[in-house]
Formats: sequence, structure tokens, C-alpha cells
Amino acid sequence: MNTNDQQQPVSDTASPGTGDASGKGKNGSGWIILLFFVIGLIGSLAGGWLFFPDLLYSEKQQPIDFNHKLHMGVVYEGCQSCHYFREDGSFSGIPDLYSCSGCHQYPQGTNPEEKKFIEEYVRPNKAVPWLVYSEQPDCVFFSHAAHVKGADMKCQTCHGKMGQTTHARPYQENRLTGYSRDIWGYNIARLGEPKYGLRMKMNDCAECHKKRTGHKGACFQCHQ
Amino acid sequence: MKIDRRSFISLGVGVVAGTTLTPVPWKLMDDISIWTQNWPWTPVPKEGADTYKTSVCTLCPGGCGIQVRKIMDRAVKIDGLPEHPINRGTLCPLGLSGLQFLYGPSRVKAPMKRVGKRGEGKWQEISWDEAVSAVTKKLKELREKEKPHSVAWVAGTDKGTVPRLIGRFLTAYGSPNFIRPPSVHDAYELAVYLMQGQEGAVGFDIENADHVLSFGTGLLQGWGAPVRMLNIYGEQHDSRKIVQIETRLSDTAAKADQWVPINPGTEGALALGIAHVMIKESLYDQSFINQSVFGFEDWTDDHGTRHIGFKTLVREDYSPETVAEKTGVPKATIEKLARRFARADKPIAISGRGEGLLPGSLSECMAVHSLNALVGNINKPGGVSVTSEPEYAKWPEVNIDMTASRGMQQPRVDGAGGSKYPNARYLLHRLPEVINSAKGESPVQALFVSDANPLYTLPNTKATKAAFDRIPFLVSFSSFMDETASHSDYILPNHVFLERYEDVPTPSASVQPIIGLAKPVVRPVYNTRHVGDVVLQVAKSLGSFVEKAFPWKDYQGYLKSALKDYWDQLEEKGFVKVKNAKDFPWANRFNTATGKFEFYPSARNQPSKNDKKALPNFSPVPIEGKPEQYPLVLMPYDAMRLTSGDVGNPPFMTKTIDDTVLKGQTVFVEINPATARKIGASEGERATVATPRGRAKVRLHLFEGIAPGVIAMPKGFGHTAYSKYLAGKGVNFNDLIGPISDPLSGLNTAWGIRAKIDRA
Repeated sequence: MNTNDQQQPVSDTASPGTGDASGKGKNGSGWIILLFFVIGLIGSLAGGWLFFPDLLYSEKQQPIDFNHKLHMGVVYEGCQSCHYFREDGSFSGIPDLYSCSGCHQYPQGTNPEEKKFIEEYVRPNKAVPWLVYSEQPDCVFFSHAAHVKGADMKCQTCHGKMGQTTHARPYQENRLTGYSRDIWGYNIARLGEPKYGLRMKMNDCAECHKKRTGHKGACFQCHQ
Repeated sequence: MKIDRRSFISLGVGVVAGTTLTPVPWKLMDDISIWTQNWPWTPVPKEGADTYKTSVCTLCPGGCGIQVRKIMDRAVKIDGLPEHPINRGTLCPLGLSGLQFLYGPSRVKAPMKRVGKRGEGKWQEISWDEAVSAVTKKLKELREKEKPHSVAWVAGTDKGTVPRLIGRFLTAYGSPNFIRPPSVHDAYELAVYLMQGQEGAVGFDIENADHVLSFGTGLLQGWGAPVRMLNIYGEQHDSRKIVQIETRLSDTAAKADQWVPINPGTEGALALGIAHVMIKESLYDQSFINQSVFGFEDWTDDHGTRHIGFKTLVREDYSPETVAEKTGVPKATIEKLARRFARADKPIAISGRGEGLLPGSLSECMAVHSLNALVGNINKPGGVSVTSEPEYAKWPEVNIDMTASRGMQQPRVDGAGGSKYPNARYLLHRLPEVINSAKGESPVQALFVSDANPLYTLPNTKATKAAFDRIPFLVSFSSFMDETASHSDYILPNHVFLERYEDVPTPSASVQPIIGLAKPVVRPVYNTRHVGDVVLQVAKSLGSFVEKAFPWKDYQGYLKSALKDYWDQLEEKGFVKVKNAKDFPWANRFNTATGKFEFYPSARNQPSKNDKKALPNFSPVPIEGKPEQYPLVLMPYDAMRLTSGDVGNPPFMTKTIDDTVLKGQTVFVEINPATARKIGASEGERATVATPRGRAKVRLHLFEGIAPGVIAMPKGFGHTAYSKYLAGKGVNFNDLIGPISDPLSGLNTAWGIRAKIDRA
């Protein structure tokens, strides 16, 4: 078992503190073990932090490259022109085809996306399969009225500057859950300011509620 | 250097250590948990716009307002309607399970004609035209034979437009045999008719009462409008005391302020014992008794004959000592009950067992109702009132031909209103006996059944089946493959309540007259048709006088014309409170011959000259079976989580039943540990319960809350039809009991039967 001595110092400098490796350092394999450990450690750290997020999400394009900024310029009531509250207080969410076709029965300009919209959706009377960045699971009850009307919050506070975008950004879909990456947030560690609007996991709701109302809220407020 | 096994282990350790420091495990854990919620086979409503539709639940006589959430065309959830005065936004487990009736597997999907033997389950789907013409053909044939009176129709209720339509049809056709299933309201309606001269349903203003003395009524087990009662129990506060007198520690008793255990079947005696104490101690309402009642004191009639009054009867025959002996309730308790009841501001006494499907003894009902008279709490806020049915628009008179006229003059097949039982209106439980004892052909040649399931709900299932086998033509309008439907010749499936229009008049036991409107919340899921429309179509194809009685195009048109003044409000809100209801126009005024509350009912057809029989009295109902052969007494009980009427228990509710009530397919019989010790039985043991009417395999559940010598069993199990989610579970209590007709009213009074337990 007695092998070459010149590896002894290397092993000593590399890991003065690892008792196990240095204890068996006489045989010279200690530093290799450590090396493999470090390779494993660094490799998995790199994989987990750098490649995993890209693996987890697939990227999809919206069916129509919608220009929010352009539309904001021609409507009178800002976001609420299309994303309005119904009479009963419920929120309409993404406008249905009928809301769009009111203006876009015929092309208003020369934009190829508009042409595509009219030909592929308006004429055949087919709903546009928009990919919703803020879509929540069925078990979550969220009232826009309570937030926008009740707490007087602005759309931007949660949804970011959506109204000023000129292109529909790609939709990143979680391969496992099918929900948008916006919910978890673009930063996989959920650190720093979010890129587009607020993150929308349950803890984000609770944190904001804690901050603004002094209480995280009860289960059945949202999980009705 | 040498790379060996240990190096790779080290690599692995490094990967594991590194990975825990990355988001991979934590993020994946979160994502996987969400992924498991979105498995494709998990039932999730389709994406789409949601809407709410208001309607009224018709699964029980409670008439709760509901709102149904829909995603596109599919109903996904039923909730209580917040503004409805009965349920105030809440709902019972049955109402919440309502969608299982709409989409469940036991529905009849199209009109069916039997092709195999009866009950064999071989059906042929037919068109609606064929179904209507088959019914018409049979009805025509019976009219040609001058036998229109051999047609009978069993309908779930006699209130509202559908029963009125059926009644009108039978009148025009020539049959007096409209029958509805029995309920405790039969006894109450008869009692207030005799004692107050008033016709209508009896309502109990429990919300405003401060003392409720219940003689075995299942206030919390489905009685009246169950959601209303749940709310009242939920809001129970110090100012309202509920006292439950019952043989068994039921849910109602367990949640009451006081439970008074009593010997089974002696509730009427206790009521009179309480009356005795109240009279002896002058605790009754002197002004009401002095001014507004008849028959309290002794009196002399026009012929100069002396009659004893209620006071004398009670003082002579129902002293606390005698009553204590009969009822097993100690003398001191009887006195305390009487004093507390009398001293309360707004006391109410309620009669009737369980959820109220058993009419019970008329004299017991009258005895209990006498207590309400003694405290003068009749037709007042916080008291017991008679509510007349809301008035609908008047329809043109029916012109009938000679055949119909002759048919209408025939006595009713169930004997109600005849010489023996002149005051009874419907006696469905007598029908099997009448048919089985008839010589020659059955007096019922064609039976129609809608919103009812007599083959399950009538006592003595075996005899009922034998009787139905003698009826040559049996038509069910059930939406579900229930016991009666599966045993019939034709099934003409009705829409379920979420698919049809129907008015729902005043909820059971409510003081406030309300009309609710059940509306189609979804389009009919299957090829079903409203029973009202079928009646109109059959009338049309019968032609001549029958056709002329129905000047309406369809049921909806007829309903609209009936509810003329209320229609707009009903369409919008779903219910209407009928005006003047809270004014109690009848306070202290009665429609009897004397214009007073009559302890001695002058309207009653008196078969005996015995005053003590004419006054509210206690005559024990003899139950079947010899004590030597059957040492125990078997009683049924009702539960909120188990329907026992014509509506089969939905799977959601069956899931909630404790495994001391049903385990696997076997039902438990409750037995007192002392009784169990005598026969050497232990908890959970399998046994056979035998009664003079039948035998059943059960398990035993030792329960201190049941009196020694008495055993109890839930009602609502033992279905043989519907779907695999209901059929074959437990035993139908009606297999084990037969009916006992009240000698006074003819109503079924069989509250129990003698039984024995054979250990397996």
C-alpha cells in the first residue's frame, strides 16, 4: 500500500483541513477523491444554476405579436378599455375575439400581424389562444376587483409596464406544470427585482399582504 | 494517481452536495406538486367564461334558493342563494351534491319500454311519440271499458302547479285517485283542520320562539327545511332552549339543551302529563283558554248530554305518576318540563318523528298541539301557525263527460275520504293491501308514478312489490333508474330539477309563505321531457273533453299563466314572499263551528260516543310482533347525511357516512351495551335482525344512547336500483316493517316493530 511520496505535499496543500484525505494521504489518492468531489460540486452547481432554468422552460411565441403601446395610444380608458370589469364586478381578463373584432373586422393598417389576426382568427371566428403570463391554477381564487377597486392598486404594480410593450415577449412555459415562468419569476433564485411585474407564487401574495395589510391572510381567502 | 471506486463515490457526494445548493431540488419539488394537480385524468372544468344562474333546489321540501356556477354549458358547483329567506346563502350536503343527480350514472337517458320480464332490466329505447301513444292507448282502452277510476297517479307532492296539472288531468279523465306519499304534515293538517277548522300547512316560527319542546322530531335530521334548521341550531343562543324528547340520543337530541329519554311510542302520554301539570298549577294562558277555546271545561250539548272537557280528562287520566309509569320519564322531570314550557315567553311544542316521512298517530299530534293551545301560542309570531297555500291564478273550470263523471264518483282506491277514513286525503300506504286483497283483477289497472319511489319508500316492500305486480300497466316518470322505474313497463324520464321549470310553494314547516321557481340551469343532458309537457301531450292525444281541459301549449305556458302576478319577480329573483304573511291574520280566530280552538273537535265524524276518545288522548299504537318471540323493539332513525325518501343518496353523501353506520356493504344496528351483554354480543359483530316482516344481515354497534331493549337502524339504505354507488348497501328498513293504520285517521303510524337478533 506504500506508494510514491511526492504526492504527499500536493495533497497537504490542497486540503489541509480534510482529515480523511490527509489521514490517508500517504497513499496519494486523497487529493483525487477531493478533486472528484470538487468536480461534482462545481459541475452540479453550474448545471443547477446555469443550465437547469433553460432546461425547465420551453419558449413559445404568442399567436399574434401584439403591440400594447400602439393600442394604448388609440383607446381612451387605458388598460380598462379592453381589460374591463363586468357589471357584476368580475374581471374580463384577456379580451375575447368579439372585443377585438369590433375594430378589426377589416385591417386598420398594413401590419402583417394584424392581417394574420384577421385572416386566421376574425374571419373564421376563432378565439385567439393567447398565452397568459399571469395564469394561475384552478385552486387559486383571485379577485381583481378587490385589488384594483378595493385597494386602488394600479395594473402596473403587478403586471409591470405591459402597456408600453411594442412586441409580445416570448412566453416561457414550465415543462412540468405548464404555467408561465412569470409566476415563479425569471431569476431562478427569486432574488432581486422581478423582470416583468411581480412574481406570483403564494408566498408573494402573502408577503405583499403582510406588508400592506399587516396579515398574510387566511387559506380560504384564495383557496376557496 | 489512481482513480478508483472511491473517487466516483466522492464525485457523487460532490454532485449531491452541489445540487442541494442549487434550485434544482427545491424548484422541482414545487413543480412536481403542481404537476400532480394537473394530471389529465383529474376532473377539472373546461376553461371558459363562468356564469351564475339562480334557481330553487327541489331535492327535499325545504325549497332552498341556490345559485349554480357554470363554465360554458356545464354546471360545476351549487351554492346557497344569499338572499333566500330559508337558507340564507347556506346549503345542506344533499343540495351541495345536486350535480351528481344531473351528471350521475343512474339517470334514465331516454324514454324506455320494458322488453324482458318486470324488473329484469331489459329495456328498449323508444321515441317520445311512441311513449306518449302507448300511454294514450292504454288510457283510451280503460275509458272505453268504463274504468277510468282504475287509473291512479302517485305524485311526490300535492303542492304547486305540476300536481295541480296532474289532478286536473285525472279529473278530466275520470279518476279520483291522485295520491301523494305520506308525511307528518298529513297528521298536522288533519289536527289543525279538526281543532282550528283551518286548511293549510302548519308552520313553526322557531326563529322567534324561545322554547322548543320536540316530541321526537328530527329537527336536525332533515325535518322541515333542513338548512333552515341547521342555521337555527348554528345560531343557538341562551335565549332559545330546545328540549328533545326521544328514545334515542339522536343528533337532534345530542345538540339540544336537554334530552329527555322516553319509552318508545309514549310521546303522546308525556304531552298530556305535561298538560296535567300546567292545568293543575294554573300555568296555562288564562285569557286564551277562557276566551278562545272550546272543550276545555266540561260542557252540555244541545240535547242536554253532559260531556267532559280536556281539563277533566287530563286531570283524571294523566297525572304525572301515571304518565311517569307509562313513559319512563320521572315525575319530577315531567313537572319541570311543564313549568319551563309554560313559563317561557314563546314556547312551541312539535310532534312527529324523525325527518317527518311518517304521519304518526293523530291523537298524539293533537295531544302535543294541545300544549300550544294551553300557552295560547297559535297563529302568532314565535308560535305555530297555519299557512294557506299561496293563491295562484284561477283556471277555467273543467268540463267533464259522462264517463269521467261516473269515474269521479267512484270511491278512492286508497280509501281516503271514504266512510272509514273520512278526513284523510291520501293513504298511499294502504294501496298495496287494497290491491293484494282484491278478488279478481286489481282495482288499479294503470299506475303512474312521478317524483316518487313507492317501491322503496312504502313499508313492507314485499307486499308492495306483489301489489305492483298485479297492476297491468305501470309507468314511471323518474329521471333515475330507481326501484319503481326499474320495475315498471314504461319509463318516461322527467328532467332533473336543474333542467326544468317548476314552482316550489312554501317550504315545509315554514311560517312565511314563499313561492320559489326552479329554472332550467342547463340544457337537458339527455333525451328527457318535463312531466307537465307529457301530461299535456297525453291529454291532447286523448282528445275531446280531456283535451279541452288544457288550453295551454306547453307546461311553461301553463306555469306562466298560473303564476301570472308573480312571474316577473320569480324569473328575476327566483322566489317571492307572499304578501301579508307575517301579519298573522288568523291570530286567535278559528274557523271551527264554535269559532274557537276546539279541544273537542266538532267537525270530527264521531264513530264512538266516548268523550275520552274524542278529546286528544293517548292510545298506544300497537306495534307488530309478539314480545315472547321478538323481545326487542326496532326503530328507524333519519340522518342528515342519508336521504330516506324518493331521492337516492348521492355518492358524495354516502362517502361521509361513519363506519359505525355502514361498513362495506353492511349496515349497523344500534344496540345498548346492556342489551348486547344479555345476548353476549360485542361491538361490530355480525348478526341477523328478524321482525315479523323480514330478516336482514347486519352488524351490531354498541351505543349507550339507545334505550335498553330497543334497537335502531338508519333509513335510506338497501336500495336495489340506481347505480353501483348506492345499490346493495345495507338494508331497506321498509323490508322489515309493515304499515299500521291509525284507527282515527287511517294514516300510517308504524313507528317501530318488534324484533330479535340472531347472532351469526
